Amino acid sequence: MRFAPLAAVAATAFAAHVAVAGTAYISSEKDDALTLIDTATLAVKGTIATCKRARHVQVLPGGKQLMVACTDSNAADVIDLASGKAVRRVALGDEPEAFDLSPDGKVVYVSNEDSGEVSFIDAATGKALKTIKVGEEPEGVKLSADGKTLYITSEVASLVHVIDTATAKVVKNVKVGKRPRRMAITPDGKELWVTNELDTSVSIVSTADHSVIGTIKFEVKGARAEDITPVGITMTRDGKRAFVGLGRANHVAFVDVAQRKTTNLVLVGKRAWNVALTQDESRLWVVNGLSDDVTVVDVAGAKAVKSIPVGRVPYGIAIVE
Amino acid sequence: MKRTLIAAWLAAAALAGQAATLKATLIVPEDDTRLERSRAERAYLGHPTGPAEAGVKLALEEGRFELDAAGSNVELKTEEARDLAAARAAAVAAEKAGAAVLLADLPADWLLAVTDAVKVPVLNLSAADDRLRAADCRARLFHVYPSERQRADALAQTLVQRKWTKLLLLTGPSAADQQRAQVVQAAMKRYGLQAVGSKPFKMSADPRERNLANPLLLTQGGNYDAVWVVDSDGEFARTLPYQTVLPRPVVGDAGLVPVAWHAQFERFGAPQVSRRFHKAYARPMTAHDWTAWLAGKALVTLAAAQPKGPAAAWQQALGKVQLDGSKGVNMSFRAWDGQLRQTLLLTDGQGVISQAPIEGILHPTNVLDTLGADTGEKLCKAPR
Repeated sequence: MRFAPLAAVAATAFAAHVAVAGTAYISSEKDDALTLIDTATLAVKGTIATCKRARHVQVLPGGKQLMVACTDSNAADVIDLASGKAVRRVALGDEPEAFDLSPDGKVVYVSNEDSGEVSFIDAATGKALKTIKVGEEPEGVKLSADGKTLYITSEVASLVHVIDTATAKVVKNVKVGKRPRRMAITPDGKELWVTNELDTSVSIVSTADHSVIGTIKFEVKGARAEDITPVGITMTRDGKRAFVGLGRANHVAFVDVAQRKTTNLVLVGKRAWNVALTQDESRLWVVNGLSDDVTVVDVAGAKAVKSIPVGRVPYGIAIVE
Repeated sequence: MKRTLIAAWLAAAALAGQAATLKATLIVPEDDTRLERSRAERAYLGHPTGPAEAGVKLALEEGRFELDAAGSNVELKTEEARDLAAARAAAVAAEKAGAAVLLADLPADWLLAVTDAVKVPVLNLSAADDRLRAADCRARLFHVYPSERQRADALAQTLVQRKWTKLLLLTGPSAADQQRAQVVQAAMKRYGLQAVGSKPFKMSADPRERNLANPLLLTQGGNYDAVWVVDSDGEFARTLPYQTVLPRPVVGDAGLVPVAWHAQFERFGAPQVSRRFHKAYARPMTAHDWTAWLAGKALVTLAAAQPKGPAAAWQQALGKVQLDGSKGVNMSFRAWDGQLRQTLLLTDGQGVISQAPIEGILHPTNVLDTLGADTGEKLCKAPR
């Protein structure tokens, strides 16, 4: 209690520094809802009911709507940000988990967890345009900036499937570390970074020839390798820095992209997985799957500012400013 | 009776041509009494409810992409054996036919006979006997199924975590029960639990034996935090919860049971695995199924890592392989006794209550080694 006023002062000081009005939307698997948090005051503003078992969440092109994929509803809800209401539901095939969108927002590329497939879905009608068999438990979905190449991780096969979106064919299977999860592409488009949950690492894949050109192993003082389970990843717009949620190690790693080295480790909540940066990249939001909260990290100071309780088993995050 | 499953992808194999095939043979008992309908339907926790082949097949099917991508293959054959001699003969025949690895869902004595008859590694899918990891250990025997000690330690840790330290131990009449009760007592000693009472029980309707058969009489006298029941058969243990004199939980072979897997486990991608199994075989995935599945995954992992083999390379790699069994950690075989180190789940049959090793328990190298025989004990003398 003694420290509460100090913390409040600190929070206010930071708030003054990044007083951008905005909202963070955090999906949670167990209560079918998005929790809304004010990015300036870090206070919970409310919740929006969603389809069942809400997981990956992403803002649609145009920035006025948000899509949240629901594994148990076999669909996504499209939510109008202004009204905070679900405006339509798009069928996404069996057990959708993660997705990406074509640059024009017309096609949703989604991993269908249980059937081991990737589906191309017409965003307007929910019609499956193509379905491609991939390795079991497909997870992360990432589209190249030009929309021509789709990358999908298979957790069971420890592969990244490289798919040509024009032909809907797997053109290459890239062996990465064990249990690959999420991906980020460097802004120059040359490198695909893949987190490997059971390999304590990130694999770096060349997008030119799809070879693995580097591996970054993580170390956290006091944690054994088996407890460092990287999942979420994002990068700054200039491509200089990457941020990786280290899962059960309860830390997020700041990585120098050019050097491929960890520069900072910040203690956050339990099972830190998905991560997102604010627009000005001054703050990193980390979703903690086992402690049912999110931690807001000050990037310049490499320090946690505040942890905010959200729904049960939080999963994904999208920030709108 | 022979059944053959070619878990290979003929089209892919035809295209690849020179792809090496990892051949494996699974040896199971013929007319398995554990799987008689009346028993399997009871589905006692820790008992199998279906053939081991199911789990192995599922893993091979799931491994298709990984194997295709690597240009390799796994081929599984299943042989049924009537007795020990038939199991041994099946093993010799399999080795002769080129099997690089044997999988065995067999009793301990059969398993040893099989292992001693061949020069290839054997994956143990169901024998929990600690002697197979100690006095009777073998250098080429790998135990995917957890040992009795691992399970007893997992439960003992959980009781410590709950601060339920005073136990009433009830032990059944079979030789297996007597042996397992010794393992339980060792686990209690290891983790500082106290047996405030220890009684034998017997399934009986004979009024003269009511002291042995009646749960109320068995559980009266003295105070205890929980009743630990050792019942390899399972029928008595199932009736014990809610029938004790004192309102105390039952643990061991009923109530709260340590298992390698439960279909209701919710973390680390486990629901997907259980769902795929249920979809394929229309029954919940048990610990035995998970063990068979993981053995199949081990084959896929070996074949994908070294697509050209040869068999010697796969056999070499087995001792060091890191396996992802959807329990959130990498699992590997202990160098000192060939036991797979693994997380165990504590279940009441409806859900997963907790996991072991418990949070906060410490070990100098790998916290999974707080379950079962550790290296310093030097119980297995067979050099690996």
